[in-house]
Amino acid sequence: MDIFGSFALLLALVAAVYAFVAGIAGIITHRALLIKSARNAGMAVCVLVAVAVATLEFFLQTDNFSLAYVAEHSNTALPWYYKFAALWSGQEGSLLWWTFLLSIYVFFALFLNRKRHPELMPYVGVILSGVQIFFLTLNNFVASPFSVLGAADGSGVMHLARIAEGSGLNPLLQYPEMVIHPPMLYSGYTGFTIPFAFALAALLGRYPGEKWIHITRRWTMVAWTFQTIGILLGAHWAYAVLGWGGYWSWDPVENASLLPWITATAFLHSVMMQEKRGMMKIWNVWLVFVTFMLCILGTMLTRSGVVSSVHAFAESSIGGWFVGFLAIILAVCLVAWYRNRDYLRSDNQLDSLVSRESSFLFNNLILLAACFAVLWGTLFPVFSEWFTGSKISVGPPFFNKVNVPIALFLIFLTGVGPLLAWRKTSLDGLRRNFAWPLAVGVASGIAAYIFGFRNFYALICLILSVFVTLTIFSEFYRGARVIAARDHTDLFTAARELTMRNTRRYGGYIVHFGMIVIFIGIAGSAFNKDVERQMHVGDTLQIGPYSLLVQNFDETTNANYDAQRATIEVFRDGKSQMMLFPERRTYSASGVTETIVAVESSPLRDLYVVYSGISPDTNQPVLHAYLNPLVKWIWFGGVIVVLGTGLAMLPNRRNAIVLRPVESRISDPLTGGGTVVPAVGPISRSTSTHE
Amino acid sequence: MPGYAEGRRSGEGVNARKKFVIGSFVIIATLVVLAYVGYTQSKTYYHTISEVETMHGSILQQRIRVSGNVEPGSIQHVDGHINFVLEEEGKTLPVSYTGTDPLPDTFKDNAQALVEGHLASNGRFQAEEVQAKCASKYQATPPGVTPSQSPSQTMANPASASGSGS
Repeated sequence: MDIFGSFALLLALVAAVYAFVAGIAGIITHRALLIKSARNAGMAVCVLVAVAVATLEFFLQTDNFSLAYVAEHSNTALPWYYKFAALWSGQEGSLLWWTFLLSIYVFFALFLNRKRHPELMPYVGVILSGVQIFFLTLNNFVASPFSVLGAADGSGVMHLARIAEGSGLNPLLQYPEMVIHPPMLYSGYTGFTIPFAFALAALLGRYPGEKWIHITRRWTMVAWTFQTIGILLGAHWAYAVLGWGGYWSWDPVENASLLPWITATAFLHSVMMQEKRGMMKIWNVWLVFVTFMLCILGTMLTRSGVVSSVHAFAESSIGGWFVGFLAIILAVCLVAWYRNRDYLRSDNQLDSLVSRESSFLFNNLILLAACFAVLWGTLFPVFSEWFTGSKISVGPPFFNKVNVPIALFLIFLTGVGPLLAWRKTSLDGLRRNFAWPLAVGVASGIAAYIFGFRNFYALICLILSVFVTLTIFSEFYRGARVIAARDHTDLFTAARELTMRNTRRYGGYIVHFGMIVIFIGIAGSAFNKDVERQMHVGDTLQIGPYSLLVQNFDETTNANYDAQRATIEVFRDGKSQMMLFPERRTYSASGVTETIVAVESSPLRDLYVVYSGISPDTNQPVLHAYLNPLVKWIWFGGVIVVLGTGLAMLPNRRNAIVLRPVESRISDPLTGGGTVVPAVGPISRSTSTHE
Repeated sequence: MPGYAEGRRSGEGVNARKKFVIGSFVIIATLVVLAYVGYTQSKTYYHTISEVETMHGSILQQRIRVSGNVEPGSIQHVDGHINFVLEEEGKTLPVSYTGTDPLPDTFKDNAQALVEGHLASNGRFQAEEVQAKCASKYQATPPGVTPSQSPSQTMANPASASGSGS
C-alpha cells in the first residue's frame, strides 16, 4: 500500500518536471499544444499529490504502524481528528502537506486563467512547476513520509516490520486548534507562491500593461487572509495550551510566520501607488519576491534546527536544500529584475510630504523596518556566531522595544493615510478631516490618565485608537449620509450600499478597524498581573477583583492520558461566579506531561489559571493565576480583519454608477475628505484602473 | 526607497523628497537606538560548559545560556532552591535554580537541560530559567526495529520552567 503513495509522489514529480520543461519549450517555440500540455501536467500534479496525501491519511486512520511516520506521530487511542492532524505534525507529513496545498493553489491558478493572459500564463506555469519540483524532490528523496520500518534478521537482512503501538502525537498538538491552525498557516505560506509567480512571469515576459499587478494583488490578499488567520490561531493556541499566560513570545517560528505577513501587508498598500500613480514599480516587484523568499525562509527555520524554538522540528540536514533553493530564487529574481529594469520605470514622483503617496511611503518604510528588526533578531544567534564566534540571542525586550513604537506609528498612519489626498493635501482639508477625531482622542487619553492609567505606550495607543476609529466611522457616516439623502433610505442601508459600491475601499476600512481592535487587545498586556502560590485545599488566592478558593485536588484517567486536576471556585465581591478546572495531563503513549489551562474569558479581562504542579520542597500543589486584560479583543479583531478582507475581495456593485454616472461623479461621497484630486471613487475603479 | 525615479522634477517635488528622506532618517535612527537598548537588555550568550569554566572578569556579568545533560543523582532540594550538575563531554557545571516556578516534569536524571542565568563568583551557575527535554521521549521503537530510513523526530517539546515573554 505504501508503494501506492510513494509512486503517486514520484509521478507528481515527473509531471512537474514535464510541466517545467514543456512550458519552457512552449514559450520558445510558441506551440499552443505544448503550452496546453504543460498546463495540464501542472494541474495533474495536484491530483497525484492528493492521492499521496489520501494514502498517508488512510494509514494514519487505520493505525498502520509499519510506516515510520505513522508509528512516530500517532497511536491507537488517539481520536480520529487528531489522527487526521497527525498528517502535518511531523517533518515529512507537513512537507507533504505543504506540497499538497501548493498544488491546490497551482491547480486553481492554472485552471481559472486557462483562457486568459495567453502571453503571461506559460511563464507562470513554468515558475510554479519550478517551485513544485523543489518540494516534490524533498518529498520523494529527502523526507519521504512513506518510509517503512525495517528490522534486521539474524543474517543481517532487512525485513519489513510492524510495531504494535505508535509513540503518539505530541500532546501539545492535541488541541482542537491544531487541527485547523497548520492548514491555515500553510495556506498562507504556500499561497504567496502564486503572486510571486505572476510578478516574476510579468517581469520575465515583459507583460504589457498593469494587468498583472491586479492579479498579483488579488492572490496576495487570499494568501494574506490565510496567513492572518493562521498567525492568530497560532497565538491563540500558544495562549490556551502552553500555559505561560501569553500568546506571543517572539519565538523564531512565530517570527517566521510574521515576516511574510509584514511584507505582504506592505505590498497590499504600496500596490495602490502603482495602480493609481504608476510609482514604486521596482519596489512592488521586490516586495512580492521578498515575501515569497521569507515564506521559504520561514519553512526552513521551522525545519532545519538553525534556531532553537518550541516549534522547531529536530535538527536535520534539510536546511541545506532550502538554502540552495533560496539562493536559486534570489539569483533568478536578481537576473530577471536587472535585465528588465527599464520595464519598471516610474511614471510619477512624490509631489508633497502631506499626501497619500507619502503616507504609503512611510507605511512601507515602517513595515519594512519592522520586518528587518524581526528578521535580524530571529537570526541574530546565527549572525553573531558567524561574525564574532560567540552565539548571542536576543529576547522579547529587543522585539518589543522596536516593534511597539512601529505599531503605534502604523496605527497613526491607518487613521491619517486613507484620508489624505493623492499628490497634495491642503491644510484646510487636514483640519476638516482630523480636527475633531484628534480632539476626542486626546480627551479620552486625558480622561484615562486622570483615572489612573499611567503606562505611556498604552495611553498613546488609546489616543490613536480612538482617533482612528472616529476617522473610519466618520468616513462611513459621510458617505452613507450622501447616499441616504439621495436614495431616501436609512443610514444603515446606505452604509451597506456605500460599502458594496466600493468594496475595496470600505473593506479596507473594516480591516483597519479590526487591526485597531487587535492593537487595543495587545495594549491590554501592559496591565497583566499574575500571582503564583502553593495552595492547600481551602486556601484562597486573591487576584484583581477575583478570589480563588481551592475546593479539591483529584486525579482522573482515560485511555489517552492521566490527569491531576484542581477544582477552584471563583468568587467576586463575595459571590460565587464559576468553577475552574486546571489540569496537568500525562499522556500514556509518549509519557509527556502537559498543562491544561482553565480560562474564564470576558471582553474586559481573562482569568487564566494554571496548575503548575507539585512543589518538590513541600509536596504542595502550586497554582499560577494570571489576570490578562482585553485579550479577547485580539481574537475578535482578527474576525473583523478577516471579514473585512473578504469584503474587499468582492467585486463592486456597479448598477448605480452605470445609471447615473454624472450625478455620482459630482456627489460622489467616496472622494470626500478634502481631496484635491478625485481619487478612488467607484468610477475610477470601474472605468479605468490607472489615471 | 525607490518609487520616484527619473522624470520631471518640480521644485516642490525635490523639496518633498528631501523632507521624506529627513523624516525617514529620523524614524530609522530612533528605531536603531531602541533596538540597541533592547539588545543590551536581553542579549544572552550561548556557551558550552568548557567555555564557562574558563570565563572570568567582565564576562561574568553576561546573561548566558548553557546546555547539557543532568548528571544522574545530582538533583538535590536545598532550602527553597534546587541544586544539580550539568554534564557535557566530560565537563561538569554545578547549577542552582532559584526561580519560583516548579521545574518541568521532564527535568530528571539524564534529561537534556537548558539553563539561563548568570555565573556567580563561586563558580556556581545561578539559573533563573530551566528548560528540559526528556532524552528518551521518542525512543519508543522496540529494540531490533529500526526505521529503514532514519526519520527525524517529531516536534521538539521543551517544557519550560519559567514562562518567557512579557
